[in-house]
Formats: sequence, structure tokens, C-alpha cells
Amino acid sequence: MSTTTERSLLTLQQRADSYLTDERTIWSWLLTTDHKRIALLYFASITAFFFLGGAAAAVMRLNLVTPEGLLVEHEMYNRLFTMHGVIMVWFFLVPAIPVTLGNFVTPLMLGARDLAFPRVNLTSWYLFIAGGVMALTGLAAGGVDTAWTFYTPLSTGYSHGWMMMVCLGIILSGYSSIATGLNFIVTIHRLRPPGMTWYRLPLFLWSLYATSVIYVLATPVLTMAMILLMFERFFHVGLFDPALGGDPVMFQHLFWFYSHPAVYIMILPGFGVVSEVITAFSRKGIFGYKFIAWSSVSIAVISFFVWGHHMFVAGTSIYSGIAFSLLSFMVSVPSAIKVFNWLATLHKGFIRFNAPMLYILGFIGLFTIGGLTGLFVASLGTDLHLHDTYFVVAHFHYIMVGAMVSAFFAGLHYWWPKITGKMYPEIWGQIAAATIFFGFNMTFAPQFILGYLGMPRRYASYDPGYQVLNVVSSLGAVVLAVAYLMPLIYLTWSLFAGKDAPSNPWEATGLEWQTQSPPRTENFAFTPVITGPPYNYPRPEQRQHV
Amino acid sequence: MSDLVPGEPGAGGYRAAWHSGSDSAAVAEHVGFQYAGIGHQTGTAQAGLWLFLATELLFFGGLFLLYAVDFTRHPGGTLAASRETTLWIGALNSVILLCSSGAYTYGLGLARRGDNRGLFRMVLLTAALGTVFLLLKGYEWYDDIARHLFPGPTFALPAADGGALFWCFYFVATGLHGVHMIIGLVLLAWIGTGARKRRYSSAYYTPVEGVGLYWSFVDMVWITLFPCLYLVGR
Repeated sequence: MSTTTERSLLTLQQRADSYLTDERTIWSWLLTTDHKRIALLYFASITAFFFLGGAAAAVMRLNLVTPEGLLVEHEMYNRLFTMHGVIMVWFFLVPAIPVTLGNFVTPLMLGARDLAFPRVNLTSWYLFIAGGVMALTGLAAGGVDTAWTFYTPLSTGYSHGWMMMVCLGIILSGYSSIATGLNFIVTIHRLRPPGMTWYRLPLFLWSLYATSVIYVLATPVLTMAMILLMFERFFHVGLFDPALGGDPVMFQHLFWFYSHPAVYIMILPGFGVVSEVITAFSRKGIFGYKFIAWSSVSIAVISFFVWGHHMFVAGTSIYSGIAFSLLSFMVSVPSAIKVFNWLATLHKGFIRFNAPMLYILGFIGLFTIGGLTGLFVASLGTDLHLHDTYFVVAHFHYIMVGAMVSAFFAGLHYWWPKITGKMYPEIWGQIAAATIFFGFNMTFAPQFILGYLGMPRRYASYDPGYQVLNVVSSLGAVVLAVAYLMPLIYLTWSLFAGKDAPSNPWEATGLEWQTQSPPRTENFAFTPVITGPPYNYPRPEQRQHV
Repeated sequence: MSDLVPGEPGAGGYRAAWHSGSDSAAVAEHVGFQYAGIGHQTGTAQAGLWLFLATELLFFGGLFLLYAVDFTRHPGGTLAASRETTLWIGALNSVILLCSSGAYTYGLGLARRGDNRGLFRMVLLTAALGTVFLLLKGYEWYDDIARHLFPGPTFALPAADGGALFWCFYFVATGLHGVHMIIGLVLLAWIGTGARKRRYSSAYYTPVEGVGLYWSFVDMVWITLFPCLYLVGR
């Protein structure tokens, strides 16, 4: 016996220290293998990418204030929306919740002392940064004008720009995703402490597990698609060129085989945050634990079989269209199961409207709108009209930006006391949550109507008849931009002037709240033993009414 | 609520226990702090590697999908183009690669018995065979390009009937396989260095086993590529 016990005692003596103050040199951060510090490295990086991608969107919305385009040349506009898409998809949305909140709380929630492979975790951050630098270099030096979808033959034959550089950046960020997903799956399988059965896992971990399955199984296909794209662009050998026997739609198949599951990468972790926050702030166990857990898994599985719905108008056969339409409808079933279970969790709950809860309530509203409008574009007939219009833009922004960013902020506020040891200013959190909900709807609700009226996406200019709704949308974008800047300001302020956080400010039941705030470097001085189910809140009938 | 402490009854569904470790000091130095012991660590590392190989399968899967589609659309051109490959090099390389995996697996058996010297010899043999494979492959590429089999303006075969697509697949697939081989050689150098320093014992040989899994996977990719490239048209 044992070196491990001696080490435990050592950790016990150091319990006043936290992972933030353990070591203070710059190298102790850049070479750290502590999952909590890596989460903070990721926080800094994806925040920068979020505001860069947002800036591109702001210029686009400003340009669309007048029908002929207020600011930029058409060619420049193409480069702007490509930059917006590439940065937001691969350098913010896909990594966002897993690499930051997931990285931070997974071992804590699980009762483990780190992820299974701490060095792989650090490597994933360096891959992410390398990919990000390459993509940004390409986007800044000459840009790419193909949109983030890189459709052939435009991307292989006709587009001028830094395509290769951006593709390489995306491949590197893809390997960062694979490393993260692999780490999470193996950690959840192998590092569960005694008593942590699968049905005692917090639902956030179920959703991260489902996300990770998509990370590891879908991303390699994108890597291959990008390699083939680069090969074709460099050598012009005919892989996607009909004149040489190739098929441009083949690229779309390979691309969407990753990129449709990728939208579930973006939203599934958000589902997990909702399940955690909604129980903590209604002080009530989750309704339908097993249904929520398995709906995450089934969304991940079904997500691999719906990619064809992006190609209804690309000349694929009507039979494949029917099959992919039906499969796409099937995704709505587990999604709806989640929403209904969350609403049932609220029922008879002791609801507190703290900022995380407000973000979550916003999430449910925005996700429901985004999800239901997805059914419109999943139906073959309707999609013929709505394809490539602003309706599609509004639909996926409701899910990927409205819902997903709300969930990200909810999780960020919820775990902020644990991560930093400081409380955020509650009133500002509530104001920001409400402003984001308002600004988001003002920006994107008009785009549903614009799309229905036939305004195509990705155009720098438009028919003057669309101007009123475009101006409303651009004004909404201003509100949204202010709302997104608010958390940046008050959360930064709270780091320096916020109140010290107790170990469990929300009186939540998760294992991560049983450690000090901020936690110590190796998380637990002792091996936690789990003796009961998660969300062990008193039942409504047992609650003392005051 | 404060921190969990062992010996106290616990609350809210949790209690605490002491860490228990039973590894000898020599083994414990290899065990990461996040694991309960060497067995836990080895199993976890293996799980990670198998999952990584699953991602590799999906990676090459995209390429084989392209091959299947192109073959279905242009069967005649694909078969004709396949007859241009150099069968003797492909066949010899298959034998060499299988022998290299055999050598490595024998070395793994020696590592399990704590024989670092034997492991080192076998790793050296594996790396030598891998290098011969790459040299032969390099010569084959040189020869293919000299015979204008790289698709492009001077392509030697009729392009539009699937011949160009076949040779695209040939160069991308063998190229990516070669990259995997080179990464494998780097990993072999790492294992070889470890064997020289007598790092491995009958209780600790996790990296040896992991690299073996990877090397065998690269082998498997070649075993799938060989008939697709060299045998279909013959």
C-alpha cells in the first residue's frame, strides 16, 4: 500500500489550494494536463473565435440594410459569409460546450481525478489552435468564397482563394474533435468510481457521450472529404468532375455525412446542460431520466442516416428523397421527448429564475421553434420552395445559435462559481438572458418570413420589397451583439470583484458541487463512492412549504 | 456542503473511500494518477486505441465508398485500369507487410515475458521490413508516373470511363497508407528506444501492445487495398 494512499494524504494537506493557484507560471498553463486548466485554455480560444465570427456576421447584417448592399462588394460579401460559417461551425459551435464545460465538469461529475488521457486532451487544444491559426490565416490573407460547404466544382475548379489553407485548418480542428470525443467516451466507460452505474450518470454525461460518438465516427469522413477536395483542387484529376467520370454530388454525400451529424454535435451538449440546470433550479428530480438519456443516444444514431436531406434538389433520386425525409422526421421524436420531459420536470417544481434558468427557458422556446421549422424543410415538397432561402438560415440559426448559445451561457453561468470560485452578478445575468432572447427573435424571426417570400440566402443584394424585414433583422442583430457582449463584460468583472463562491451555491446535487470552489488540481482527495441516483432532490410532496 | 471525507456516512447519494493501490513501486511509477492501478490503466489505454482504430476505419471508409461508387458506375474502365498496376510489387509488399506484423507480434510475446532485448530485435526487424515496403512502394510510384498513369493531361489510359478515377484512388489510398506506415515507423522507433532502456516488464507493456494494434490495423488496410487495386481486373 501504497504510493497512492500517501499521495491522497498529500493532497489532503494541500486542500486550501485550487487548480488556479497551484502553479502560477505561464508554462504551467501552456503545458498543463489538468482538464480544468485545459478547459480554460479552450474558453479563451473559443471566445475569441466567437467574436471574430460574430464580427463577420455584423458586417453582413449591416450590408443587408439596403437592397443594393450598403458596404461591401459582392465578392467580399461571399468571403464574409464563408468566414462567418467556417469560424462559427468548426471553431466555435462544434467544440464549444464539450471542450469547455464538458472538459471542466466531466471528471468532477463522474468522480474521476482527470480524463482518461490528459496528454491527449492537451494535444487536442494544440491541434485546435494550429487549425484555428491556419484557417484564420487563409481567411485573412485572401479568404474563401465558397461558403462553409465547399461545394464542388466551385471549390475545386473555379474559386480563387486560400482554399487549401482553410481545408488544412479544418482537418486539424477535426483531429482535435476526435481526440476530445475519444477521451470522453473512454473516460465515461472506464473512469467511473464505485457505485457510478450508467443510470446514475448525470444526463450531461449521457449527452456528452452521444456527442462524442458523433465526434469520433463522423469527423474522419470529413477529413477524407477535405483530403479528396484538396487532391482534386491541386491536380485536377477528375474526382468530382463529370467530364472525367467523377460526380460533384459525391462530395456533397461525403461532406454531409459529417456535417449533418455535426449539427447534433452542436446541440446535444446543450440538451445536457438543460437537464442539469432545469433540475437544479426547479429543485426537483428530472422527469423521465431514462427517456432523456436514451433520446440523446438515439439522436446520435439517427443523425448518421439523415444527411441526404441536404440534397433533395441536387438530383438525387426521389426514393432516396423519401427515405431521407422520413428519417429526418424521426429525429423530431427523441427531440420532442426531451422537451416534454423538461416541461414535466418544471411541473410542481420550486422554480428559481436565476440567470442559468432564464437562459434555459429561452433555450426551450428557441429550440422548439427551430425544431418545428426543421420539419418544414425535411418535407420534400416544402423544401423545393424553401431550399437555399432565408427560411433555412433562420431554421438552423434558431437551433445552432439561439438554442445552443443560450445553453452554453446557461452552463457557463451555472458552473461559473465552480470554475472561477466567484459569483457572477445575478441581475446582469438575468438582463443579458432576456436581451439575448429578445434580440435573437428580432434578428431571425423576420428571416423566416423573408425565406417564405423567396429571398435566397448568400446574396449580397436583394429585391427592394424585402427591405423592411431586412432592416428589422439588422436592428435585432445590434441588440443581439450588445446582449452577447454583456456576459463578456460582467463575467470578466466578476473575476476581479465578484463575491467568493461557496462550494455549492445552487444547493444542487451533482458530484461536482461536493468539491471545493474552485476545485483542487486532482479533483478529489478521496475516491467518491456513489450510493444513490442523481438529482436526489426532495419530492414535491415531501417539500416543506414556507 | 463541504468535501467528502472517508469514514463519514456521507449524504445526498455520495460517500468517500480511500484510494487503494496494490501495485509494486516499480510498476506504480508507470501508473497515471487518474487510474486505480496498472490493470485499470492498461485496459483504458487499449479501449482508447480500439476507438481510435474505429475512427481510422471511418476515415478509410469514405475512400472505399468512393471506390465502390466509381467501380459500380464504370466497371469496365476500372477493371482495365487495374490491369496496369504492377502485380509483383503489390504481392511482394503484401508478404513483406504480413511478415513485419508477424515479427512485431512475436516481439510483443517476448515483451510480455519481460525480454526487452528480444523485443528490441523484433522491433528492428519490423521497422526494416516496413522500410523495404516503403522503398518498393516508392519505386512502384516512380514507375507508375513514368508510365503516365497519374491522371492528368498526359494520362496514358482513356480517362472518362473510370480509368482516371481508379488511378486517383490508387494514389490517394496508397499515399495515405504510406503516411500511416511512416507514422508507424516513428512509433516503432519509440518502442525500440523504450526496449533499449529496459522500460517494459511482464507487468507493464501497454505501449508495446498499443503500437502493435496500430501496426496490424495498417496491415489490414493494405490487405483490403491489395485486391481492390491489383486483383480486381486480373
